Amino acid sequence: MNQAPRIVIVGAGPAGVRAAQALVEAGVRPILVDEGQRDGGQIYRRQPAGFRRSYAKIYGSEAAKAAALHSSFDTLRERVDYRDRTLAWNVTANALHTTRDGTAVTLPFDALIVCAGATDRLMPLPGWQRAGCYSLGAAQIALKAQACAIGTRTVFLGSGPLLYLVASQYLRAGANVAAVLDTAPAAGARAALAILRARPRLALRGLGMMWSLRRAGVPVLQGVRPLAIDGDTARGVSSVRVLDGRGHERCFEADAVALGWHLRPETQLADLARCEFDFEPASRQWLPRIDADGRSSTKGIYLAGDGTRILGADGAEAAGRLAALAAMVDLGHASGAQSYANEAAQLRHALRTMDRFRAGLVQAFPWPHEHAASLPDETVVCRCETVTAGELRRCVNELGSRELNRAKAFSRVGMGRCQGRYCGHAGAEIVAAAAGVSIESVGRLRAQAPVKPLLMNTPEVEG
Amino acid sequence: MNSRFVRIAETDRIAVEIRIDGEPAQTLAGDTLLVALLMNGRRVRDSEFGDGPRAGFCLMGACQDCWVWTESGARLRACSTPVQAGMSVLTRPPPALWPITPDLRESLGADSAPAP
Repeated sequence: MNQAPRIVIVGAGPAGVRAAQALVEAGVRPILVDEGQRDGGQIYRRQPAGFRRSYAKIYGSEAAKAAALHSSFDTLRERVDYRDRTLAWNVTANALHTTRDGTAVTLPFDALIVCAGATDRLMPLPGWQRAGCYSLGAAQIALKAQACAIGTRTVFLGSGPLLYLVASQYLRAGANVAAVLDTAPAAGARAALAILRARPRLALRGLGMMWSLRRAGVPVLQGVRPLAIDGDTARGVSSVRVLDGRGHERCFEADAVALGWHLRPETQLADLARCEFDFEPASRQWLPRIDADGRSSTKGIYLAGDGTRILGADGAEAAGRLAALAAMVDLGHASGAQSYANEAAQLRHALRTMDRFRAGLVQAFPWPHEHAASLPDETVVCRCETVTAGELRRCVNELGSRELNRAKAFSRVGMGRCQGRYCGHAGAEIVAAAAGVSIESVGRLRAQAPVKPLLMNTPEVEG
Repeated sequence: MNSRFVRIAETDRIAVEIRIDGEPAQTLAGDTLLVALLMNGRRVRDSEFGDGPRAGFCLMGACQDCWVWTESGARLRACSTPVQAGMSVLTRPPPALWPITPDLRESLGADSAPAP
């Protein structure tokens, strides 16, 4: 092509930085739009200027990878148009709409590579709206980016690798871990085998974390059923109650709870770009459709990293690079096409291995959908607007909402300021169970622009 | 000090003076506003729907549950706003500038409402 291709990347985490690097190597200067104050994304988030902890202290076993990603970015810095603290809030035909410091900027593109990352996958619990209850990711960010613990005594409740990772990071940092409560039963033999085969070192590191927590005297319970996060208005969280694997009620005193069931991809921009989604039965969620290189169903839109499939940081680095190479092939960029020819097979192979690992994790740490479906009526499902499970069920039983967007219109679950990020998956389970239909048939919350709140008086400019 | 968060490391940074609900408060350079609020208290804001104090949730700009106000009525998302010396924030809507919801008014009137 005659003109330099206009390629825009959203997100400066592992996927976005590796995508930018592939483009710069081929002589393209991409625009890199990032909501963060600094590069690194959430997983390799960089601590603010003036903090002095070493990489080993912050990132543990992943220190070398974090350092490598940051140093790659620092090298690229002058060769990309990096826009920090910038929100990508809408996608229209070949244009990304962004806002920074109250000014909106429209960025026309030939290719858009969305590396929007993930947020915690949450299941509401009675009392989860209390002050002192945080997402698991929040607990980790407090420690990594601010050198703080979220309380004096923290219960970790949920499931997935992050549960054990963050709990062991708290323990190592000298914070008080009251308990680790996993809704998944001790990993089934088949799931464990799949994980071990796909990525043995990572699987063993996970087991090591579990052992170190137990060795430190932290109660680690598997196969729990969460009952409630107790407390009062003045103090917030005061304890966490669960049924243990044998059905006995257990109560753990704590002033903080870190809650999360693995992660969910941030797919709003893909949805706004009209990418097709497919239902994945194993994880009971809708995921944007991609080909082996990260092409979505919409021409010119590429999807990579945890914003598409939760493969973790290593997978995101590979997917980001591959998506950028694919974009250059599609735009007829000669040197990009050469790199694609050299590298695509190997990158795809790496991604397939990581996807097998992902499938093993989904099996070993299942989303406890039956808990979500049977939450007591008084449970607040929507934290934004304090809408209960009972109100949502009433929209099904009395108003006939058998589809999630319909139920949202009546109940406002999914319509609050988080736009369904934290209530959407559980809300779907509640609607499906109340209506007596499959989870697939209730559909998924449609993304709406702006994907995060904007000021009404934001002026828009082009370029 | 009745704080919710606990500092684990990085405590030798420069102290920064801010104001929270009109009262002088001390925090450290490099803190987010959310950390500053939770090192000086146990809440960030109140639910407009009457279910009590909130103290943030996701810390990554996704949940939108940590918005506070400047004295001029502008809003700040506490988890993604770094503190600056002299900053003055309000954890409840500035009365002349923002309408208070009936649910919030009721919950603040109740005995259980904590001091900011």
